[in-house]
Amino acid sequence: MNWITIIPEVIIAGTALVIILLDLISHKRFLPTTVSIGGIVVAAIFTLTADYSTPLTIFGGLLTIDGWSSFLRIILLAVTAGVILVSGDYYAKLKHSWAEYHALLLFALTGMMLMPSAGDLISAFITIEVAIIPLFIMAGLLKDSRSCEASLKMMLIGGIASAIMLYGMAFIFGSTANTNLGEISLAISSMSEVSGGLMLGILLLAAGFCFEVAAIPFHMWAPDTYEGSPTPVTLYLSAASKIAGMAIIVRVFTTAFTNPQSLSAEWGIIFAAISALTMTLGNLLALQQTNIKRLLAYSGIAHTGYLLIGIAVLGVSQGQDGQPTLLFYLAAFALAEIAVFTPVIVITRYLKSDETGDFAGLGQRSPLMSLVLSLGLISLIGLPPTAGFMAKLYIFTGAANSGLLWLVIIAVLNTVISAYYYLKIIKIIWLKEPVYTEKISLPLLPGLVTILTATGLILLGIAPYLLIKLAEGSVIILP
Amino acid sequence: MGILSIILFMPVIGALLIVLIPASNVRLTKYTAFVFTLIPLMLSLYLFGSYDRMSGGFQFEEFAQWIPAINANYHIGVDGLSLSLVLLTTLLSFISVLVSWKTSFRPRAFFAWLLLLETSILGVFVSLDLLLFFIFWEIELIPMYFLIALWGSGRREYSAIKYVLYTLFGGAFMLAGILSLYFTAGTFSVVELYQTDFSLLAQALPLAATFFLFFIGFAVKLPVFPFHTWLPDAHTDAPTAASIMLAGSLIKMGGYGMFRICLGLFPDEAQHYAPLILALAVVNIVYGGAITLKQTDIKRLIAYSSVSHMGFVLLGLFALSELSLLGASLQLISHGLITGLLFAVTGILIHNTHERHIKKLGGLARQVPVLTAIFVVGGVGAMAVPGTSGFIAEVTVFLGAFSTSVVSSAPVFTLISLTGILLAAAYILTTLLKVFFGPPKPTFDHVHDVTLMEKIYCGVLVVCIFAIGLYPKLIIDILEPVVASMALLWGG
Repeated sequence: MNWITIIPEVIIAGTALVIILLDLISHKRFLPTTVSIGGIVVAAIFTLTADYSTPLTIFGGLLTIDGWSSFLRIILLAVTAGVILVSGDYYAKLKHSWAEYHALLLFALTGMMLMPSAGDLISAFITIEVAIIPLFIMAGLLKDSRSCEASLKMMLIGGIASAIMLYGMAFIFGSTANTNLGEISLAISSMSEVSGGLMLGILLLAAGFCFEVAAIPFHMWAPDTYEGSPTPVTLYLSAASKIAGMAIIVRVFTTAFTNPQSLSAEWGIIFAAISALTMTLGNLLALQQTNIKRLLAYSGIAHTGYLLIGIAVLGVSQGQDGQPTLLFYLAAFALAEIAVFTPVIVITRYLKSDETGDFAGLGQRSPLMSLVLSLGLISLIGLPPTAGFMAKLYIFTGAANSGLLWLVIIAVLNTVISAYYYLKIIKIIWLKEPVYTEKISLPLLPGLVTILTATGLILLGIAPYLLIKLAEGSVIILP
Repeated sequence: MGILSIILFMPVIGALLIVLIPASNVRLTKYTAFVFTLIPLMLSLYLFGSYDRMSGGFQFEEFAQWIPAINANYHIGVDGLSLSLVLLTTLLSFISVLVSWKTSFRPRAFFAWLLLLETSILGVFVSLDLLLFFIFWEIELIPMYFLIALWGSGRREYSAIKYVLYTLFGGAFMLAGILSLYFTAGTFSVVELYQTDFSLLAQALPLAATFFLFFIGFAVKLPVFPFHTWLPDAHTDAPTAASIMLAGSLIKMGGYGMFRICLGLFPDEAQHYAPLILALAVVNIVYGGAITLKQTDIKRLIAYSSVSHMGFVLLGLFALSELSLLGASLQLISHGLITGLLFAVTGILIHNTHERHIKKLGGLARQVPVLTAIFVVGGVGAMAVPGTSGFIAEVTVFLGAFSTSVVSSAPVFTLISLTGILLAAAYILTTLLKVFFGPPKPTFDHVHDVTLMEKIYCGVLVVCIFAIGLYPKLIIDILEPVVASMALLWGG
């Protein structure tokens, strides 16, 4: 019974359909929220109770379900639940497409949850498209000019990226006569040398993936899309789609291209170079942003850079090291993003402004949200005692161990640069005098999310082994 | 849970309690801060008394597994040097609470940050695990940032962010150094690293490079020229309590780190590069002293004098003889007490007169005799007049550095450094003359002298300064085993 293993995805897709059907009967505000959270909880229960200790290959090798898949399923489900819980503030703006918004969110989630399990180039492409097409629509849901621009930009650049990716896949297929990742690996290791066509294919594939995670030079869509989208969608893009993108890069590259060693090291170094470029430019461009969503977009690009260090380590070590650290970093990053975005969503809606200057004196107007926002930013800088510190520590340690100390030094110096713009926000929140003094109240559900994420950030900062142990048990086992 | 952990975490618990106290209850907030800094002070006094001076080494060690995957542990313990610095920190924290007794602007947050600051500094001194050390080192930034930026004066936001970025910059190098050591030896434990011969291992980075990664990290903190420019800004714009902690305790983290790691783990590199670093020390002493002379703001003057005085620490450390190391350690403690006193009394002066420009002050000796007397004591300490701890410390540094047989060029550097003493005398005496002596100014006729509370905490520091100055055995006793075993690395 192959279906059993992808039952969480089936449940999520089913929930999305149910929401659309229910919308025909009732337009109650909390109905889609409740149903989607219910679906997510059920899917999470199915994921947690199943045993993935031995990898299962299903549908003729299209999907491989293992610990890696289930770990990422949980992270993605949790992030999506967070996004849904903090979307309440956008009800007024998204009233007419409220149910569709939830359904699209879940359709995208279905694709994202399948991405880490892709065992074949075809399924890799299809799962990415399933995840990304709903995102195009969601970016444009506000229907104003900015939102439309956000959607169109993402769609056009995404379309080009898909084309590039397919082109790369065609080259790989041409060189190895296979689309199954495991078979490709076997085919490559039996070759006497890696042909130029194959290398070109791998490069094009990497370029396509780089769009997905907003790595430089394929990042151009991110700032405009982040700015124009409804803020919960921005959160979804910056957290969930980045996680799924990283997960599929790891799956495809470790399964297919880690043999022979020379090839593995080659793409490792390519990713190291992209990483250095991405974090440096991301941080430098973030320095001058005054719009909080644009700032977070560039900060997200910088974090893609840090994450790519993990991919580089993976390549250099032939897929042996780096997977648990990447998982930990993804979890810590997701937590920090939710901790930052939740207050930002509530506050920007209240202030009707995305300018960081308008956050003046927020510390007095809403202490709890300011605290969580500051904590999230501190975690994004990577200062102890937050999860962000441990995540960076793990990933830097791994890189130093793989002989990428130069990259570590670039990365830590980048951390210093990034401290400047993150602290600038903290400064505005706590040190500037507020123009208005009335309190900003925190609604119940976002309040719950902020408290949970703040606890998680501190907990993982002090006791990281809680998660790292799980992550170590969730690596992709290579044949 | 041992006494050391209690000392370490007591302030955090205090900070958490303060957060729970309603904002209106300022009295309770202050008393909580009072109690939760007093207990660590008492306990560290107890440890200071019960430390076994005969056997030396790390004592009161505590160990717990923390992150088994990378072999990082919660491992703390103290030797004579770190215990002295712990005592200094708990004392200055307690005094900082008293100094800030009248804080009226958001007292709850102020005391909470102050207590967090204490824990993070203490953590640096007691950690025997490099990762733990680094975490405390970085955590300290957050409370200090807020203390300067919220309760400071002048260009406080600029100074706060400058401080943070400088330290993060240094921390980045230090982290690279820690990782390099970790991949060479496979452990974060300072104790294990002491027993490791790196030359036998495959090195992740050349040892000299690792040495300098650490050195830069600590040099920013100490501070060493040319990384010193954050110091005058931060010290000047910080509120009095934060200035005391910064100058008295926090910059000692740099000296302590150099002693523990740069010297302890890299004796050959330290010896090889000593002339270069001694040259920097001389620049610190002379340039720092000269630039102090030019200051017109009284708080900034004291801040700059720290640059010069920390040069003596660097001189003592890298002359690498037993006596010079002892001198450097003494200077760390002595400077903490003296500068703590000077910042405390300057804080009172500025608060009472509402004036900080040396030119506009004058003739205060008549109007505020007690305050003048206290300032004079701090001043003579900074000038290293016999009888004060400053004298003992600096004389030991000079004797040790002059007579060292480890670094052949040290005597030359020592001779040049002697001008530092002259410069100190020059800037202290001119300041005393301009601010306190000369004709009294009528604008300051109604200025209050020190209150009882201020007398008490200044008195405590004065007593400490003279106690060490007159009976140095008090502290040399406990420092001796540490420096003796360290000096063995270069043949004694």
